[in-house]
Amino acid sequence: MSHGKGGPSHAPEFVSGLKAAGFDFFAGVPCSLLKGLVSILDADPDAGYVSATREDSALGMAVGAYLGGKTPMVLMQNSGLGVSVNALASLTTMYAIPTLLVISWRGEGGNDAPEHILMGEIMLPILDLLKIDHRVLSTKEPMASQIAWAKETMLAKKYPVALIVPGGVLE
Amino acid sequence: MNKMEAIGALMERVSDETLVVCCNGMIGRELFTAKNRPSNFYMIGSMGLGLSIGLGLALARPSKKVVVLDGDGNVLMGMSVLASVASERPANLWHVVLDNETHASTGGQRTISGVVKLEDVARAAGYRSAARAGDVSSFAAALDRAFAEPGPSMVLGTVEGGNLKGIARVEPSPPELAAMFAAEARR
Repeated sequence: MSHGKGGPSHAPEFVSGLKAAGFDFFAGVPCSLLKGLVSILDADPDAGYVSATREDSALGMAVGAYLGGKTPMVLMQNSGLGVSVNALASLTTMYAIPTLLVISWRGEGGNDAPEHILMGEIMLPILDLLKIDHRVLSTKEPMASQIAWAKETMLAKKYPVALIVPGGVLE
Repeated sequence: MNKMEAIGALMERVSDETLVVCCNGMIGRELFTAKNRPSNFYMIGSMGLGLSIGLGLALARPSKKVVVLDGDGNVLMGMSVLASVASERPANLWHVVLDNETHASTGGQRTISGVVKLEDVARAAGYRSAARAGDVSSFAAALDRAFAEPGPSMVLGTVEGGNLKGIARVEPSPPELAAMFAAEARR
């Protein structure tokens, strides 16, 4: 969990990039690795961030928002990906709903609290099994271009897409 | 009151423009059989998430009326979403629950809504109002009262268990259902 650690948070740049790309519905359940992102969204009345009780509920809200014409983003800790598997399998993917998933990577490299170790190891294979394209968010590339890849991919495939957030990037 | 009578009473009171999000299980199939329309969204998987979909939709389209048609099993599974609805407080969201105290589509096994009164949960969470009705006329009157006021509110109708004959399956594919409904929701 050392990607860019110690440097400035890229959360402001990431949020600006999301808005410029047209994302206009935000919901999720926080993670310490996403605290910068959540605090910016939650302080922004235009974002209308919905603090969800569960990650699969946030995905349900994103589906409703998309059907109503919004471009949704859902953020979560990777523990929430486990909660979300059925929503992704039998709702988001099945109804062909483009959704940006922003998922933190607790347990990366096996170096974290015990409850995060196994999910840190199996998160990317779970996304692969769900056929969800994913990229690890990098500080070496502008946020906007990584967001653009995600948006183009989800709209082209009518499918969710995931940006994986290691420690130190959006804190 | 059986479920088809309850669904009939509801749909008589729903305008063409009103968006209806329906939970999975028998209720969706019954709605499809009773009154299929492009402004119905049939959630055929993801049990428990109908209210979340309705909440996201109500927030995205504040000028549209949104009705979530739900069942007791779905409400119990997604119970924390009642808190999200109360917190976001969308005035354009009405939550209509048909409660038969069973999981009808899996063989009628009991739920626990006979013990935990769902309208009490909605009221405690912070819905503007919540009502329970046990026959068609009082259910219809409760719907009329709820639809005359801003949401979020819950109207729970207690219905008979068991399944009715002649209930169809939702026919279009899920992407087709989503596309048809989105065209209405964005109109």
